[in-house]
Amino acid sequence: MPDRLTRADVERIAALAHLDLTPEEVDLFTPQLADILEYAERLQGVDVSGADESWHPGGADCPRRPDSVRPSLARDQTLANAPDGVADRTSETGGFFRVPRVLG
Amino acid sequence: MSFEPVIGLEVHAQLLTETKIFCGCSTAFGAPPNSQVCPVCLGLPGALPVLNERAVEHAVRTAVALECTVHRASIFARKNYFYPDLPKGYQISQYEEPLATDGHVEYFDDGAARRVRIMRVHMEEDAGKSIHDGFPDSGGKTYLDFNRSGVPLAEIVTQPDLRAPSEAARFFQRLRRILLAAGVNDGNMEEGSLRCDANVSVRPRGAEALGVKVEIKNLNSFRFLERALDYEVGRQSALLERGGTVVQETRLWDVAGGRTVSMRSKEEAHDYRYFPDPDLPPLVLDSDWVASVREGLPELPEARKQRLMADHGLPERDAALLADDPDLSSFFEAAAAAAGNARAAANWIMGAVAHRMKTLGVGIAAAKVTPASLGALIRLVDGGTISNSVARDVFEKMAATGRPPEAIVEAEGLSQIGDAEELGAAVRKALSENPAAVGKYRTGKTGALGFLVGQVMRATRGQANPRVVNELLKEALETGEE
Repeated sequence: MPDRLTRADVERIAALAHLDLTPEEVDLFTPQLADILEYAERLQGVDVSGADESWHPGGADCPRRPDSVRPSLARDQTLANAPDGVADRTSETGGFFRVPRVLG
Repeated sequence: MSFEPVIGLEVHAQLLTETKIFCGCSTAFGAPPNSQVCPVCLGLPGALPVLNERAVEHAVRTAVALECTVHRASIFARKNYFYPDLPKGYQISQYEEPLATDGHVEYFDDGAARRVRIMRVHMEEDAGKSIHDGFPDSGGKTYLDFNRSGVPLAEIVTQPDLRAPSEAARFFQRLRRILLAAGVNDGNMEEGSLRCDANVSVRPRGAEALGVKVEIKNLNSFRFLERALDYEVGRQSALLERGGTVVQETRLWDVAGGRTVSMRSKEEAHDYRYFPDPDLPPLVLDSDWVASVREGLPELPEARKQRLMADHGLPERDAALLADDPDLSSFFEAAAAAAGNARAAANWIMGAVAHRMKTLGVGIAAAKVTPASLGALIRLVDGGTISNSVARDVFEKMAATGRPPEAIVEAEGLSQIGDAEELGAAVRKALSENPAAVGKYRTGKTGALGFLVGQVMRATRGQANPRVVNELLKEALETGEE
């Protein structure tokens, strides 16, 4: 079994996800995330060689909804958490998400 | 050495729904950026996709219009890749167990029967739109609009059954017509609702084995598709001719440069790590429901063309033109019935009617001329009441005012003059004013007769019955009376 997840791992993941965590939150999330990973490892250890392949746990059909429009988010809400969104509608760049240039 | 191209297409068709495939955001084109988005299509944590029933219906319509086998169960899968226009980090698509497989399109092209096999039709969601240019800081930034994110698509993959760039372009046109007729796609390539990628390889003519294929992305017009394939077939053939080898890769069509450029090679190809989407159970379709969708399909262009040829004796070319537009076909059939003359109805519709629609930029449904009034006009010509040239003027008046042809002919006194007495003066005048033509005719140059008929027609403003004028002129010329 690999080493348990560390505070440094959590801080790095938080930085990649643009999350500002307090030291108390890092204390809280480090053991929680480590427990989840350990649970996944226990699942991987189960012998399933004798079980049939399945696509999905339930036997249910894919639920469907009618094709009717429902309200979308307000644009300020949509862009509220964007690290570099341009919410100002009056500006010519308004309303977009913005990321470092992808091409070239 | 002569090489043969081998071409297959992958077409993405936006399904005509009001809302996205997994959420209730609108799919309307042209809305302000990021105004039609929600937690589901923005890929926010915890948001659950719920499948749009209309998207399923349109995907099945697409599949049955292409004669595919629609499977009882199909699986939604996550296709994983990182690109800013894909907010979840995966696209929901179908991979193993697609919606439908093994279809075909049969059609006539240049008089030859063709069959292109359809490998598969599956459902997937579109990505957002990246904008790399046009902003003050475009040098360092890419802008993103997620209004397209989650728009429902049918991906249609053909077998490599096409053998020439022009054939591929015509097949894509045919496919577009089928999707339009089936009512599943609006065919609007400028707005991106119908897009095409092409796989192309070449092999020595007569060889069985396939060459190494190259994928060309984003060929969003028939012309670009044909030009990109022409270029690529030339490039690959020249490479092999020189003893080189074709690299399996993805290329882009460079519109400005008129060439394809390498985007990524097979070594850099993505591993998409497909796996079944845990948020979406398998899609299970009732076979009776699939049958009812198949029965609900309208007549498709190829079948309509065959019927127009069989029922109305139209040549293939004319039948194909009419069959491509359902409104035009219906107009034709009603006008042919009203006129009792299918050939004339077809000629009018493909001539004067089509010209007027094109000039005004409107569809036949907006025309002031109805099938009944066009039929009546044709009857006036066939019955000898008016000549063809007068009929053309009457048509213009019908189209401008919507009045029936009988009323226009009556009000403007346009009935054909077939009475020898009435025409006598015009005939005598034509003979006396054109002694040169008369002389020619009498020395055996009978072609001069046409000129004299024209003079009489002009003098009567097209109202003279040309057959009667012909007879009167001949009689006068041959008996020497003037």
